[in-house]
Amino acid sequence: MTDATSANVPTSAPAPHKSSLLTQTALMKKRNAAESRFKAYGIAAITLSLSVLAIMLWTIFSDGVSAFKQATFSFPVTLDAEKLDPRGNRERDEMMRVTTIGYTNLLNQQLVAYLADRGISTEGVSDKDIAAFISRDTPARLRDMVLANPDILGQTIQFEGFATGRIDGYLKGRVTRDTAERDTNISVAQLDLADRMISEGILSASFNWSFLTAPDASDQRPEAAGLGVALIGSAYMMFLVVIMVLPLGVAASIYLEEFAPKNRWTDLIEVNISNLAAVPSIVYGILGLAIFINFAKFPQSSPLVGALVLTLMTLPTIIIATRAAIRAVPPSIRDAALGVGASKMQTVFHHVLPLAAPGILTGTILGLASALGETAPLLLIGMVAFVANYPAGPLDGGMLDPATALPVQVYSWASRSDPAFIERSAGAIIVLLAFLVVMNIVAILLRRKFERRW
Amino acid sequence: MYDAPTPETRLTQNTLKITARGVQVYYGDKQALKDVNVDILDNTVTAFIGPSGCGKSTFLRCLNRMNDTVASARVEGEIMLDGENIYDKRVDPVQLRAKVGMVFQKPNPFPKSIYDNVSYGPKIHGLTRSKAELDQVVEDSLRKAALWNEVKDRLNEAGTGLSGGQQQRLCIARAIATSPEVLLMDEPCSALDPIATAQVEELIDELRASFSVVIVTHSMQQAARVSQKTAFFHLGSLVEYGDTSHIFTNPSDPRTESYITGRIG
Repeated sequence: MTDATSANVPTSAPAPHKSSLLTQTALMKKRNAAESRFKAYGIAAITLSLSVLAIMLWTIFSDGVSAFKQATFSFPVTLDAEKLDPRGNRERDEMMRVTTIGYTNLLNQQLVAYLADRGISTEGVSDKDIAAFISRDTPARLRDMVLANPDILGQTIQFEGFATGRIDGYLKGRVTRDTAERDTNISVAQLDLADRMISEGILSASFNWSFLTAPDASDQRPEAAGLGVALIGSAYMMFLVVIMVLPLGVAASIYLEEFAPKNRWTDLIEVNISNLAAVPSIVYGILGLAIFINFAKFPQSSPLVGALVLTLMTLPTIIIATRAAIRAVPPSIRDAALGVGASKMQTVFHHVLPLAAPGILTGTILGLASALGETAPLLLIGMVAFVANYPAGPLDGGMLDPATALPVQVYSWASRSDPAFIERSAGAIIVLLAFLVVMNIVAILLRRKFERRW
Repeated sequence: MYDAPTPETRLTQNTLKITARGVQVYYGDKQALKDVNVDILDNTVTAFIGPSGCGKSTFLRCLNRMNDTVASARVEGEIMLDGENIYDKRVDPVQLRAKVGMVFQKPNPFPKSIYDNVSYGPKIHGLTRSKAELDQVVEDSLRKAALWNEVKDRLNEAGTGLSGGQQQRLCIARAIATSPEVLLMDEPCSALDPIATAQVEELIDELRASFSVVIVTHSMQQAARVSQKTAFFHLGSLVEYGDTSHIFTNPSDPRTESYITGRIG
């Protein structure tokens, strides 16, 4: 209570040694400079990462968007019954004897004849070079069409088929006259003919659904290669991974966090889980090869084995994230539940888990995202194979059929020689990114739904 | 009403509820409680006072075996509730906690609706047979906790959205909804303002009619206002236990006197 007396003392002018608030002291200047330096570092780091991201996305999209377009030609084809069904009895077994070569010849002749009909000059282009416009995939499609419906024999139909990869590339700008001069697979005269066909409406580029639906195709037919099998394989695997990893990971985390005694054993388990999260993913591939394929005799290249391997790989990540989420629930909530006489399990399931759910979801999605993009372990269990047949439906054992996955498809296309596959590879990355974005959106929506409960 | 302790004559009629004999508590190697003997009466408010770290909260948490949740804690001695040792091997602590409710220092409502907070105990213990019965229990508990009038129109809103004092009364309503026989309160007013404190104290006095109430408090004024019996803990031992009026006016131990006059603690 000294201020009572000092208040009566007349206040003198401020002592000269006191510093003014209006000027900064040297120390203050130093502190402020350090702070603005730190902010500048942060902004620089963010700018750098954003620009790298932008460059990456720009490359992928500029290379890959064209994979969604495809050059197709459309011209009337008369299905000559004598050639395609020499015995004339429309028996499927008899008609199967005409191979794709027969259909190739038919298409080639009809295309040459049609061009002559329309008066389109084919100067400098041999009949064989005209035939080279037609993808090798196209006769097979025509054959399937005829075999499925023999009644169309003898009729003239407007047939649509893929153009070969070089013509496709010309329409998209990948192949130019400059590159054609150095290319033995295509000539400038062929490109001139392609120009005339475009102006006559025979050749055009349109959205390519078969890129998303068709199975993979061989090295000579990049225009026919699609992501159908890889998409199904990835979807099957993600489904299996979720239903295996979520219960296992959450149960393990709850046990370790809420029930397990804290002793040397649980410490050991904890250290091991952290170590497993850091194990290179290809090691899990070797493990999967040894256990699931060689020992348990599960079918090679199947989404089931892929999912088992990815489950083992993501389990540590999910356990770590889930334990962190459970630990973040305030202990007072546990006390409150135990205090009204809830059992340990009721406490966990009624109170702790709902509060930890958003965190668990985030961890799960991070784990799934890394599993979706994982290539290395899948290579070892044979998912890099060339799979031309769709796996069966999920209820018909499709998870045991051979399939590939999106990242593996990217890898295998990127390693092929034809530049058309590089475009497909970038296109597959776009699809993979879209798959990821969809998964993340689902996670955000779920998270928001859980968080709304106060 | 706060200043006049209840006449002692009323106390003698009350029956014994809890008897603790030779209770020792260890956290690892450290002994937190040394040989505590206490008789807690029914329909009485018993206050535990003492400086921080003296073991009063530890002893309170022994009474409903909340110490079981602390891995390193070890309890010796016996605590009888109505003549049954609650540390007997056959006793399930979950069943015990339905009989011995607890209110914590910090209000800790569940992040659910007000209704769900109060109805949770009765639900898990299967105390009610129908929704109407449950509604009645919720209303009664909230009324006893003097909260009904404030929340009756918003039972479906979050319990965490209430003010601090209301939250603590909600926690009291939640604790009494399971109709416990003993209500333990661990510094229930330490996070509350004086008005909310007064409301909770008034409430404690009313609750005495139905339960045996044990309250840990740092405020000696509060102990004097609400309790009939007071136990003074110091350095892990029970120093003195007796009628509140006696402890505050004529303590027999010099340490008690030092504490209540503000010389230690």
